[in-house]
Amino acid sequence: MSLVYNRVDHGRENIQTLIFYLNNALFFVCNFILQDFTTLHYDLLISKLLTMSENKKVKTKANNSNGLPRKRFYRARAHSNPLSDSHFPVPIAPSQVDYSIHYPYYYHPDTTIDDNEVTSNDSTLIPCKTRSKKIQFADIGCGFGGLLISLSTLFPETLMIGMEIRDKVTEYVKERILALREANPGQYQNASVVRTNSMKYIPNYFEKGQLSKMFFLFPDPHFKEKNHRRRVISPHLLDEYAYTLEVGGIIYTITDVEELGEWMKDCLEDHPLFEAISEEEFATDPVVKLLSSATEEGQKVARNGGQTFTAVYRRISPIETELGIHEV
Amino acid sequence: MEETLIEEGESNREGGEVSPALIAVHPLEKSLAVSIGSELRVFDLIEDCSISLVDDSGGPLHSDSIRAICFGANGKLFASAGDDKLVKVWTTNPWRCISTVIAEKRVSAVAISHDGLFVSFADKFGVVWVTGTDGDHEAKEKASPLFGHYCSIITSLEFSPDGRFIVSADRDFKIRVTVFPKNPFSGAHEIQSFCLGHTEFVSCLSFVCTQEHPQGFLLSGSGDSTVRLWDVRSGSLLDTCEVGSEAGLSECDGKEENVCPAITDICTSADGSIVAVGIQSLHGVVLLSCDLSARTLSVIKLVSMGGTFVPTSLDMSSSAERLWMVTGASNLPALDCPSFTRLRVISGLKKCGSDSSDYEPAVVEDNEIPGGMKLIEKLQGSGSNAKEEDLLAVAEAVKAAMRNQLIKRQYSVEKRELRKKRRNDRKIKI
Repeated sequence: MSLVYNRVDHGRENIQTLIFYLNNALFFVCNFILQDFTTLHYDLLISKLLTMSENKKVKTKANNSNGLPRKRFYRARAHSNPLSDSHFPVPIAPSQVDYSIHYPYYYHPDTTIDDNEVTSNDSTLIPCKTRSKKIQFADIGCGFGGLLISLSTLFPETLMIGMEIRDKVTEYVKERILALREANPGQYQNASVVRTNSMKYIPNYFEKGQLSKMFFLFPDPHFKEKNHRRRVISPHLLDEYAYTLEVGGIIYTITDVEELGEWMKDCLEDHPLFEAISEEEFATDPVVKLLSSATEEGQKVARNGGQTFTAVYRRISPIETELGIHEV
Repeated sequence: MEETLIEEGESNREGGEVSPALIAVHPLEKSLAVSIGSELRVFDLIEDCSISLVDDSGGPLHSDSIRAICFGANGKLFASAGDDKLVKVWTTNPWRCISTVIAEKRVSAVAISHDGLFVSFADKFGVVWVTGTDGDHEAKEKASPLFGHYCSIITSLEFSPDGRFIVSADRDFKIRVTVFPKNPFSGAHEIQSFCLGHTEFVSCLSFVCTQEHPQGFLLSGSGDSTVRLWDVRSGSLLDTCEVGSEAGLSECDGKEENVCPAITDICTSADGSIVAVGIQSLHGVVLLSCDLSARTLSVIKLVSMGGTFVPTSLDMSSSAERLWMVTGASNLPALDCPSFTRLRVISGLKKCGSDSSDYEPAVVEDNEIPGGMKLIEKLQGSGSNAKEEDLLAVAEAVKAAMRNQLIKRQYSVEKRELRKKRRNDRKIKI
């Protein structure tokens, strides 16, 4: 349209073409008037088109080639308010966490009722001794689940769970694990994800000393001082993490924000129930390498040539600390 | 439309929140303290006279609603704290304020350690603080953080009878049992257990112990109308008593999204034989017996007060001869008198437990209460000659205030979207 007018304005062509363009212009003007009358109709059409594309999206949420969900349909705002009253269901106590939903391979809902009958007609069922398995790894704020997927194959016998507060992102991880389970039979059965606010409800999911590893990878930095209480690593919350970790359990933290890295390290250093792991252990632990390479955030940092700050600490028993305090 | 959706439930915040009247009885029944609003009234039962409180520590007096009062285990110390962010520690013989700690946030619970060395208090942001009661002036006026619940209002704080643990309850259904360290000023980092099982906010805590079980068991009352018995060492739930339905309050009238009446207060006798429970909407108290060997809780009696008396707070001395109860509230919106208190006493609790058949707890008439009308006048204050419907209004106001503060707000999807639109940074500052 504007193109037409421009050309008319410049008017370098001969009269014939000018007439042709004028005709064209007239046609457009007429169209405009028509459009005015039928705006409503157009709106309808547009909304219809939109819903059509929306439907298309739903259908193509999974990638056709490998069946994995596409991340771009699950993008969410990076921040979520951990202080707000949550509206999602929370288990009353760790004993009420339904493992059969998360790990159907290990906890078959039909056979948990009669424990003695190992004679299962389902060939994929694991004998009942493994049903006493408990979750041992927790990835707090698992994001798109990169670490969980890597850990799942590295520790195939360990149950692990990702905890994420953002609804859409949790949905993505769920779909991703389901797709991986389908594509690789027998694998990824030990990984699952739950939508929750781990800062409030960690004790509702895990018993005392249940976990052997906890991960806090690239948490929200919350720069403002008034928002420091929203940081997932804080002196008071470390008490709860120490409660859920077994003695000897390890807490892994990593961030690309120097200020937050310092903060997390200081919190852990000052806490009497945590001590830093030794240098050689840091070098040999295969999980440490995964912290920066396996997660989506870590890969992003590596791509941009950014720095990462890691702090890995071990849960120690309180008696040792008592002695330690006395020595000091 | 948008406005009404959002403003409901937030509208009655202005002009101060309704706060319930509280009562605390000296363990040896030497004195009695009642708080209403910012006012603290104390009556000496030994001398049979009212006490005017002296504060020569130079600290400010309470200027806003007092939310928590308690005596220490031996009765030598008394603590009061509330919305004015002040925690005042008093000696009781004579009644003098020995220290005033200025807290960072409004204080919601306070407790004194059994050895009387520490006063612990919790604020509305979920942080529990500790301060010493002896030592130099500097140390007494400062509090250091002990531990924290994650940004949840702490409703109650108790020390275990053996002094090993400090127990805190919050509105997120949790009861946390923390090991109370030798040197609490560097924080209490070791969590003994979490007592999880309540399906609503936990409103009150009380320990019950007997000679056979000196370490004691924990009782908790909650917004889910139940009283539960816990082993704090393991955090395991031993028994649940559906007090609400036992008291015949189960038929939640279908008006308001089926609200269960919340337990407001629990107090236990020193010998563990009897547990008194106050519950919203019940005009009286429920008496429970707690069998610690069998680990069971059972209702033994429902004591009706007659008329409309819904206690907001209860307490008894260690001799457990009398159960002292108070109802009342300050900052009442629609009444002639802004604050109002009424005190009642139940006697004859002693025989309870052994043979409950011929046992008859009786409501004591005003003029037969120890201390007599003088005590009534002092503790009830001037606006005591209120009518029955005022009592009802008080009960309703206290109930609404408790719900507003502690219940989890559940919003529909549309409401959530609306709230998102009205983001904090877009609100007009007045």
